[in-house]
Amino acid sequence: MAGYIIETAKGKWEVVVGLEIHCQIISKSKIFSGASTEFGDDPNTNVSFVDAGFPGMLPVLNEECVHQAVKTGLGLNAKINKYSEFSRKNYFYADMPTDYQITQFRYPIVGEGEIDIDLSDGATKKIGIERMHIEQDAGKSIHDLSPTKSYIDLNRAGVGLMEIVTKPDFRSPEEAGAFLRKLRSILRYLGTCDGNMDEGSMRCDVNVSVRPYGSDELRTRCEMKNVNSVKFVMQAIENEAKRHVEVYENGGTIAQETRQFDPTTGHTKVMRKKEFAHDYRYFPEPDLPPLVLDDDYINSVKAEMIELPDAKKHRFVETLGLTPYDAMVLCENKETADFFEKAASGHDAKKVANWMMGDFFAMLNKKRLDIAQSPVSAENLGALVELISKDVISGKIAKDVFEIMSETGKNPEQIVEEKGLKQVTDTKAIEAIIETVIASNADNVAAYKSGKTNLAGWFVGQVIKMSQGKANPAIVNKLVRERLDK
Amino acid sequence: MSDITKLTIAQALDGLKRKEFTATELTSAYIKNMENGRHYNAYITECADKAMIQAQNADKRYSEGTNRALEGIPLGIKDLFCTKDIRTTAASHILDNFVPPYESTVTANLLDDGAVFLGKLNLDEFAMGGSNETSYFGPVINPWSKDKNLVPGGSSGGSAAAVAAHLCAGATGTDTGGSIREPAAFCGITGIKPTYGRCSRYGIVAFASSLDQAGPIAQDVTDCALLLNSMAGFDEKDSTSCKVETPDFTSFLSGNVKGLVIGLPKEYRPEGLNDEVAKYWDKAAEMLKSRGAIVKEISLPHTKYALATYYVLAPAEASSNLARYDGIRYGFRAVADGEHLDELYIKTRSLGFGKEVKRRIMIGTYVLSAGYYDAYYLKAQKMRRLIQNDFIEAFKECDVILTPTSPITAFPIGDESMLQNPINMYLNDVFTVSVNLAGLPAMSLPIGLAENGLPLAMQLIGKPFDEATIFKVASKLEADAGFERK
Amino acid sequence: MAIDTETVKRVAFLSRLRIDDDKIEATKEEFNKILAWIEELNEINTDNIEPLVAVNNTALRMRKDEVTAGRCKEAVLQNAPAAEYDYFAVPKVVE
Repeated sequence: MAGYIIETAKGKWEVVVGLEIHCQIISKSKIFSGASTEFGDDPNTNVSFVDAGFPGMLPVLNEECVHQAVKTGLGLNAKINKYSEFSRKNYFYADMPTDYQITQFRYPIVGEGEIDIDLSDGATKKIGIERMHIEQDAGKSIHDLSPTKSYIDLNRAGVGLMEIVTKPDFRSPEEAGAFLRKLRSILRYLGTCDGNMDEGSMRCDVNVSVRPYGSDELRTRCEMKNVNSVKFVMQAIENEAKRHVEVYENGGTIAQETRQFDPTTGHTKVMRKKEFAHDYRYFPEPDLPPLVLDDDYINSVKAEMIELPDAKKHRFVETLGLTPYDAMVLCENKETADFFEKAASGHDAKKVANWMMGDFFAMLNKKRLDIAQSPVSAENLGALVELISKDVISGKIAKDVFEIMSETGKNPEQIVEEKGLKQVTDTKAIEAIIETVIASNADNVAAYKSGKTNLAGWFVGQVIKMSQGKANPAIVNKLVRERLDK
Repeated sequence: MSDITKLTIAQALDGLKRKEFTATELTSAYIKNMENGRHYNAYITECADKAMIQAQNADKRYSEGTNRALEGIPLGIKDLFCTKDIRTTAASHILDNFVPPYESTVTANLLDDGAVFLGKLNLDEFAMGGSNETSYFGPVINPWSKDKNLVPGGSSGGSAAAVAAHLCAGATGTDTGGSIREPAAFCGITGIKPTYGRCSRYGIVAFASSLDQAGPIAQDVTDCALLLNSMAGFDEKDSTSCKVETPDFTSFLSGNVKGLVIGLPKEYRPEGLNDEVAKYWDKAAEMLKSRGAIVKEISLPHTKYALATYYVLAPAEASSNLARYDGIRYGFRAVADGEHLDELYIKTRSLGFGKEVKRRIMIGTYVLSAGYYDAYYLKAQKMRRLIQNDFIEAFKECDVILTPTSPITAFPIGDESMLQNPINMYLNDVFTVSVNLAGLPAMSLPIGLAENGLPLAMQLIGKPFDEATIFKVASKLEADAGFERK
Repeated sequence: MAIDTETVKRVAFLSRLRIDDDKIEATKEEFNKILAWIEELNEINTDNIEPLVAVNNTALRMRKDEVTAGRCKEAVLQNAPAAEYDYFAVPKVVE
């Protein structure tokens, strides 16, 4: 794609962005305790003494969190590290009950990987993954219940997180947005994270710097914490990059700092300066020996891997003949892709894709339904396309049939049968209608014969209309011309 | 009836089984001792009422014939073990009102075997100290004191003093750098620090997680075996607990030492080692030799560096383990001077912790902080490897290692040289810390009296999970030494 | 590596501990004494030595993903210096 360039009177600038994404792991219990990960209970309900950091309490690792991390690592085409270590990240924070976070530092469970992102012009770009590690989430502070106090709820404390760190490979807000959508899609395919940014189950920190266009230097970056939607991430990059350019062009320097993105203004502001910078004093977690995975384990997780969006998209294009764009849209979430495959099975896949991209999505949108709640089943959508392919109904009638399907959930054959919508292909029946039309429109017949041959279309229309739309348009067209030219 | 509190646990169990006295009588006698012995300041919290209920239950069990391994034996519990619904302070102001809603695994094991808990025993604050003088609840007095009040050693000073003065039949201790062995030595009784991973750390207030290990303090070797039988065992709640069988440690007491190779590390005989200590060490070696053991000089070349290594690693872990005492979820909370949460943390912790604890937290924070980690913490971890390797090499040549436990006898409370320079206090651990760094089992048992009339002790160090050989050798040494307890 | 007054203050803050101004010098001296003692470790070359992380050389055990704890709000809150509406209460956190 064309480069994203910030052009001012003074020069051209390029933006350099890296992302750090925290993804809540889907598991029944927390990463180091047996408390439930259930969301939305009363405060401090799903909290064990381990989660609350009580004296003498010890972490025990949840095997499912490791399993989910390895799955995700494989989904990011990344190296799975057979040896990894947990470390403590030490800082005082009201939401962090032990005043340290158990995370991974020197030896993360997942190493380098890469994924393809799909850009609006149809191109793809590879984005490098630096690493992914697993760690525990913090609790939540509630500031708006009292003017003088903050309240702490530890329900979320100890829920497993995967932190994915990308390389600084993004050169535009669009690329970052495309990455987040792709990542969310992969996580949802794998069932390792539900990817809901607005609910905080996926949270994004954005690192932004700029440099003169064409240079390969890396300038000071600013980090924006917890930007909670794809749109905001893109907006934050755009505005932060502009701010940097402005500072540089006015002869200033950018300080490495943590900033906060304000969704109401779209701008970023510096967070409260600390008296002393953080010093996390990472060291190996003495309560947990190193995590060692063997080849058998990693291979068994590999064997569980399902086809991911990129592979599926590729297959849809290569073997089903879909356009890359249609394939990308249909593959973005697994339910849609599965629905499509079920609907296309045994039918014209391209036609099914067209129907899904058109009337079907429009219907879901209108009714505000998830694909799982669709009144039109995949089988019925396939059957509808089949009726068109076999000339049983015309494309036009099919739209009416689809409308009825989406209201009643009935199968298309039944609707066609009940409403007598079957296309008329019987030449005798069509010829009879043609005769009636010709008989009652002698003036137009004369006009045709005198050279106004474009009136043929008008006759075709009249015939189809008289057949209540059921006459096969191709047959009508042929027979009308034959009759008029006789 | 003679004084039943002078009996060992083995003898008391015998008496209870023969119905010579009841558990209620035994517990009452100890409660009386506990109350009459308050001047020792051995107990922080007494639980006479609860103990009597437990004793009555024990009597019921004896009459029904369902008595368990330690049925009706009155124990004291170091106040570092969390005990459900019984205040657990770690001898710190910051926890002086903390009532755990859970039971540590080790104390739960003892309760499951029918033990009676008389109360919670004094210790150095958070087990940091070698004299029990850092306790928020004041120093413990060594029962061997004559004209001047002497320290009982630390950190399990309350445990050792209570056992020596018969304020309980046996006690639990914990040992991070010598905290079972040194007070056992100073008080003329016996204690064993098992192999790291032998006893669960679950529910024990953590000092330095990679070094902490629970163990018994008792009148003699047999009682240590009886208590360890109950305390030890795999626990899935502690990820560093080892999945090894717990043998019946009493079964090794009758064993023969003939042909066993006893290693005497030459580095434990530094220039200036107290003559009496050296003399008793030689005498102990002679005793074993005359029973057919082979005595051999071995080398542990990095011994000299063990203390400095320990005083990097233990404070580093402690600085993190003690971060959770922040006044939010439990324990003492100071009224903050200002608005910010940091001010609450700082005031709570500054008032809540004692001087030695604060000193170690800050040293630990420093050695982990950015720029110093490699020079101190990483360096110490590497030294720890060398120290462990020393033992691995040494144990290729011998079955068990014999050394003195401490270079000195109990010293007066408030000793100037110890108070002036913390390093002088740290040096008392010179013979004990290596064992913790290498994760090995080691026992201290009295060998005789110094000229000042105070007990001196020997230490037996075993291979990992080979407490068996320690018990075997210790039982012979104990028999030959003929030490007369208080 | 002798430490200075600023470092003492910084370490105290990181530890969330207060050292009164008149104690800072003494604390610094004491720290330097202890650190100088620790520096005897530099007598040994450890360039090719693996740091010892876990003394028992056992791999990490994992537990099954089952809900076995929690739902004990009263016990979690019973020791709290201040709890309101089932939350732990602290002075307003100013970010």
